[in-house]
Amino acid sequence: MMASSYNAKEEDGHHSGASSGTGVSKNKKPDNTAFKQQRLPAWQPILTAGSVLPAFFVIGLIFIPIGIGLYVTSNNIKEFEIDYTGVSSDSPCYNCAKNFTWNTTEPCVCTVNFTLHQPFESNVFMYYGLSNFYQNHRRYVKSRDDRQLNGDLSALTDPSKECEPYRKSGDVSIAPCGAIANSLFNDTLVLYYVDSNNSISEIPLVKKGIAWWTDKHVKFRNPAGNSNLTLAFKDTAKPVNWAKPVYELDPSDPENNGFINEDFIVWMRTAALPTFRKLYRIIQKKSGATPTLPNGNYMLNITYNYPVLSFDGRKRMILSTISWMGGKNPFLGIAYITVGSICFFLGVVLLIIHHKYDNRNTSADIPS
Amino acid sequence: MGMDFSTLRTLISRYCVGEENWVDSRTIYIGHKEPPPGTEAFIQQRFPDNRIVSSKYTFWNFIPKNMFEQFRRVANFYFLIIFLVQLIIDTPTSPVTSGLPLFFVITVTAIKQGYEDWLRHKADNAVNQCPVHVVHHGKVVRKQSRKLRVGDVVLVKEDEAFPCDLILLSSSRDDGTCFVTTASLDGESSHKTYYAVQETKAYNAEKEVDTIHATIECEQPQPDLYKFVGRINIYMTTEPVARPLGSENLLLRGATLKNTEYIYAVAIYTGMETKMALNYQSKSQKRSAVEKSMNAYLVVYLCILISKALINTALKYVWQSDPNKDEPFYNQKTEAERQRHVLIRAFTDFLAFMVLFNYIIPVSMYVTVEMQKFLGSYFIMWDDEMFDEELGERAVVNTSDLNEELGQVEYVFTDKTGTLTENNMEFIECCVDGHVYVPHAICNGQVMPGAAGMDMIDSSPGPAAREHEELFFRALCLCHTVQVKEEDTVDGIKHGIHQGKSTSFYISSSPDEVALVEGMKRLGFTYLRLKDGRMEILNREDEVEKFDLLEVLTFDSVRRRMSVIVRASTGEVYLFCKGADSSIFPRVISGKVDQVRARVEQNAVEGLRTLCVAYRSLNPEQYEEVFQQLNRAKLALQDRDKQLAEAYDLIEKDLILLGATAVEDRLQEKAADTIESLHKAGIKVWVLTGDKMETAAATCYASKLFHRNTQILELTTKRTEEQSLHDVLFELSRTVLRQHGGMTRDTFSELSGDCTDYGLIIDGATLSAVMRPGQEGSNSGNYKEKFLEICRNCSAVLCCRMAPLQKAQIVKLIKASEEHPITLAIGDGANDVSMILEAHVGIGIMGKEGRQAVRNSDYAIPKFKHLKKMLLVHGHYYYIRISELVQYFFYKNVCFIFPQFLYQFFCGFSQQPLYDTAYLTLYNISFTSLPILLYSLMEQHINMDILKKDPCLYRDIAKNSLLRWPTFIYWTILGVYDAIVMFFGAYFLFDNTTFTSNGQMFGNWTFGTLVFTVLVFTVTFKLALDTHYWTWINHFIIWGSLIFFVVFSLLWGGIIWPFLNYQRMYYVFMQMLSSGPAWLSIILLITASLLPDVVKKVIWRTLWPTTTERIQQGRNNKRYEIALAYMSSDSLLME
Repeated sequence: MMASSYNAKEEDGHHSGASSGTGVSKNKKPDNTAFKQQRLPAWQPILTAGSVLPAFFVIGLIFIPIGIGLYVTSNNIKEFEIDYTGVSSDSPCYNCAKNFTWNTTEPCVCTVNFTLHQPFESNVFMYYGLSNFYQNHRRYVKSRDDRQLNGDLSALTDPSKECEPYRKSGDVSIAPCGAIANSLFNDTLVLYYVDSNNSISEIPLVKKGIAWWTDKHVKFRNPAGNSNLTLAFKDTAKPVNWAKPVYELDPSDPENNGFINEDFIVWMRTAALPTFRKLYRIIQKKSGATPTLPNGNYMLNITYNYPVLSFDGRKRMILSTISWMGGKNPFLGIAYITVGSICFFLGVVLLIIHHKYDNRNTSADIPS
Repeated sequence: MGMDFSTLRTLISRYCVGEENWVDSRTIYIGHKEPPPGTEAFIQQRFPDNRIVSSKYTFWNFIPKNMFEQFRRVANFYFLIIFLVQLIIDTPTSPVTSGLPLFFVITVTAIKQGYEDWLRHKADNAVNQCPVHVVHHGKVVRKQSRKLRVGDVVLVKEDEAFPCDLILLSSSRDDGTCFVTTASLDGESSHKTYYAVQETKAYNAEKEVDTIHATIECEQPQPDLYKFVGRINIYMTTEPVARPLGSENLLLRGATLKNTEYIYAVAIYTGMETKMALNYQSKSQKRSAVEKSMNAYLVVYLCILISKALINTALKYVWQSDPNKDEPFYNQKTEAERQRHVLIRAFTDFLAFMVLFNYIIPVSMYVTVEMQKFLGSYFIMWDDEMFDEELGERAVVNTSDLNEELGQVEYVFTDKTGTLTENNMEFIECCVDGHVYVPHAICNGQVMPGAAGMDMIDSSPGPAAREHEELFFRALCLCHTVQVKEEDTVDGIKHGIHQGKSTSFYISSSPDEVALVEGMKRLGFTYLRLKDGRMEILNREDEVEKFDLLEVLTFDSVRRRMSVIVRASTGEVYLFCKGADSSIFPRVISGKVDQVRARVEQNAVEGLRTLCVAYRSLNPEQYEEVFQQLNRAKLALQDRDKQLAEAYDLIEKDLILLGATAVEDRLQEKAADTIESLHKAGIKVWVLTGDKMETAAATCYASKLFHRNTQILELTTKRTEEQSLHDVLFELSRTVLRQHGGMTRDTFSELSGDCTDYGLIIDGATLSAVMRPGQEGSNSGNYKEKFLEICRNCSAVLCCRMAPLQKAQIVKLIKASEEHPITLAIGDGANDVSMILEAHVGIGIMGKEGRQAVRNSDYAIPKFKHLKKMLLVHGHYYYIRISELVQYFFYKNVCFIFPQFLYQFFCGFSQQPLYDTAYLTLYNISFTSLPILLYSLMEQHINMDILKKDPCLYRDIAKNSLLRWPTFIYWTILGVYDAIVMFFGAYFLFDNTTFTSNGQMFGNWTFGTLVFTVLVFTVTFKLALDTHYWTWINHFIIWGSLIFFVVFSLLWGGIIWPFLNYQRMYYVFMQMLSSGPAWLSIILLITASLLPDVVKKVIWRTLWPTTTERIQQGRNNKRYEIALAYMSSDSLLME
């Protein structure tokens, strides 16, 4: 008997039940369950012209209005963009761009004038934009230490290897380490309104709320244990390209210093594409009926610290209003209209096909 | 020191053993008693102990050995290489992404194999430790089975299994026989008789058996269960006696002793050398057509992968030629990187791209395919319709690798006897010298006195004929190997001798013999028993006649006859011979050959199985000569079979023909229906049989293989005798081509049956002439071609008079023909094993001729009719399922990887991955794996009743139609299109703007997550669109895995994971979902991705519907109509 069970097992690993002998024949009858007999009750849909037709019309009828809505919304958004790189000799920042050196103490300032032809209502968002800047380069993306940025003390003094070659300055470790932090965008943009009688008034720029709330409050944290940031960062060096250490990034607001500086956090979220923009400031809506930015002349004062010409990059300043769907982007609306129309069109085509062929097929060719 | 010496000695002896393995016979001392001095000095051999080791691994070598075996598989090796590359060089994705899936796969496989091996260890131990009784110094001692050694004398009691291969010495029965069932060995449950050597059979007590002084010489173990040659030398008081030993003396391990109180036997083969253990060796692996296409696709994707990596590497260096792009101020390289040689850098970049794109060849596909096959095969075993009440058997799956091949069969090669027919024989008539005797159809088992029991068709014979008649009946009563079983519980062939009162049955491995002996009983001659070497028969006058059974010249399929030599009580010695007409007639010297031949041929045409009976009477000198010849052959140690055959050939000559018998073998239930269905399904059915042409042809007509309007082409010895083979072949091919040449080979016109059907009949001799190689150089190849051409144009082919090996040859010939069709062989007997092994799919029928076919088959079914469901339903389903599985797997990985490829153009070819590591890792493992696995287990595109009812649907999937290159390219293009839609959709959405209502910007990880979300939903929905059979399980798994993805993403981004070096996914998914346009674009992109496939499907279905689709639609319409009818009737009632 042992040998027989042994033998059965050997024959086939799959079914030890197929044992030998004569007594088991009754057990061999398979269970008559719906699952084992592959007869579970089932819904058996088939994609035919007839059944798909309504879906196509419905999709068309839903998508086209959505698309129109999105398109209109996008068109209602006001956006103003100005390139201040200073490539051509007639641009105000030409000199700053051309004479750029790393170790200058005297910042180069240039002023760009522009005119808004339409008033910008509600909150206006001020972005800086960079082109041909590969923030998504692999070497760049990984060149950071999230532990350090999260306030981990051991990582503060011994940053991750990924930060190379921006890991240590001499023997002192850099905080924040890595290429991303090192290349923090450091142009300062100030916006002035020039009213009709040529008096210049600075427009208040809010720097709170430009970074994700979760980044500011959870992901980025200053080194723990010391409320005095200077002391907290005392064993570290500033990144090579920076003029000031990390705890002095925002002299005006002590809560906005160290790793939780919002400009820094915004920069640290690497962009998906080589042409990108990042939120710089928010211009809050004024009370009353006056537009946030009335039409008229403006003056953009730039402290030109950030070189982009070496890699053929461009710098822009963008002012934009925002709707529920974000900034100006006609793509989504157009895409919706297109897909909706295609669906509708296909619906019509299928309707024709359905009438011409389907009836013939089903009535004639089916053997009863 | 002493220890050292002893180890040295064992070492030396072990080397010696190695040498001794070459000795091709072995000598065994029974009871370990040295032979008396003066006899030939035998070399003392060492034999293994009786330990059975079926386990592959030990505790220590499990990990290295198992790893080695797993990494021998190409796919695993590929992933190992990728993993190692990731470990060594700085690659875009962490080694975890490929290491984890690989680790998972390897671990699961290792656990499975380890578990199986543990079970084997357990079974080994159970077997090895079970007690056996050994005679030791005249006493019976209990021993563990594994300690049993060659030469031990073993006591086995009734119903015990033999612990090793034994030579029977004596039994509790006086005649030295014992009964054995080999049910667990080869499935034959009939009791076989084994014999002890005459000289030892008296020693049947423990004290006595210990006094046996003998040695056994026998061949070294070989796996053939039914062959054994050996010799026993018994040292009696005077001089040694040598006796031959054959398989009738050998008790095999695994068999069980029955109906015998106890036996004494000596162990000759132990442990791994037993015949059972030698038969463990697994069969050669068969690979399915799907697997082959899968491998072809793999190669394509490997090429795509390499070219992608090459393109990107090249473009990278073009792009980087500007140093400001290569190394802008914000993104400096480390010193080490700068120093590296440009070629090394380029090579590592290439490898890094390979790693980045390696997911295009998915690890999980292999796991999924294997799981699908393994789990899917259960549906075959569970199938209620393939359960046979009568036999109490259900379908058996011996290998699950070929499930889908069942849906691809183009040629079915079937055996006749036992496969198409019941193998349930009924004696119809006999003919003695041209006089025909027919027993009454129903005799109620009563012995009819005198001639009243039969109808004589011819005029009553004269006295000489009367004598012949009696001799004929006696011949049939004596010339057989039927046993009389006097108990009730036998599963074999049961036929009551005295139904109602007694409990005796005739048992034989050949149902023909039982039918003949039964028939004789109805004609008045009853075989009673074999006792003490005497056969007893009850004649018409109710007198017992006794015959000494002198020799049995057993049946074999080459001679196709068997003989017995008996001595009547009067002292005359007769040789009775019965066999196929072709093997009897040439040996007949007198008798009414012509009358008998005419009758035989007439019977054969009616589909009856005929046997001829002849005799030869031997005078004492002749008998002495015969006896010598036989003994010489039997005693031979080498080539015994050959020598025996020669001896038989010499003995079975100068016969006098007595007559012929006819036995009917009824067609199996629904055999004709099954063959018709297979024909309609476009499968060509060939019958390969060893039977005569006329009999076989009759069966073919009965089973609808040939129709009345089938034009039969004959390619037989009879014709080739008249014309040369060459001429016949060319003439036939001309006939066939005239019909088919004109029109295009449209499958439907073939189906319609308007044109003439051709059926070909070929016999074994002609076939071997056709196949004969090297005849006039190139001409023979030509014959094969011509033959194939004829066959291809015939709807049915019958090959008769086939030797087992020829069956395999035919299968091989068709397999190798230019179209490489998929073949299936089905049979029930040992003679079908060769073709079952040769064909792509081998199916065994659980018939009456033992279990050898079943054991060697890939699948086994109880009856021929089950083949219909097996192919038309299960095969069809499995093919549909696995082809979708394969195509879908490649598709979803194209969708997965192509966006990464596109992203390289926007990130400076820096190998930046688009997706997070977790997504890269889990995409194939968990987000998209279960739905397709479930689909590949549950999908039913058409109801199974319709599949069975309409065999034409099988043609829709013929020739691997769902895995051909156009389909593959369509899926790949679809994948690329979807990838482009997803990537550029996200690209334009991200294009230099924000899509949040608070003006904040998203980064590259949000970009990737958006693409990934669309990806997971798209590929899952694509599968949902392809699913035609939605059970609650499908709903659960499909929606469940989408929900799992969302929940996982929320969780993955919801926490700062302390064990991670990066927190790049922190809140990315939630932030994305908080944006309206992200939702809108996800919906849009999913719609846009799925649109073309839906449109293509609908348009194709409407304009160029396949039969399958037409039927699907018809079913739907019908259901709709029924629903309408219901509603209207309801409304009528309402009114």
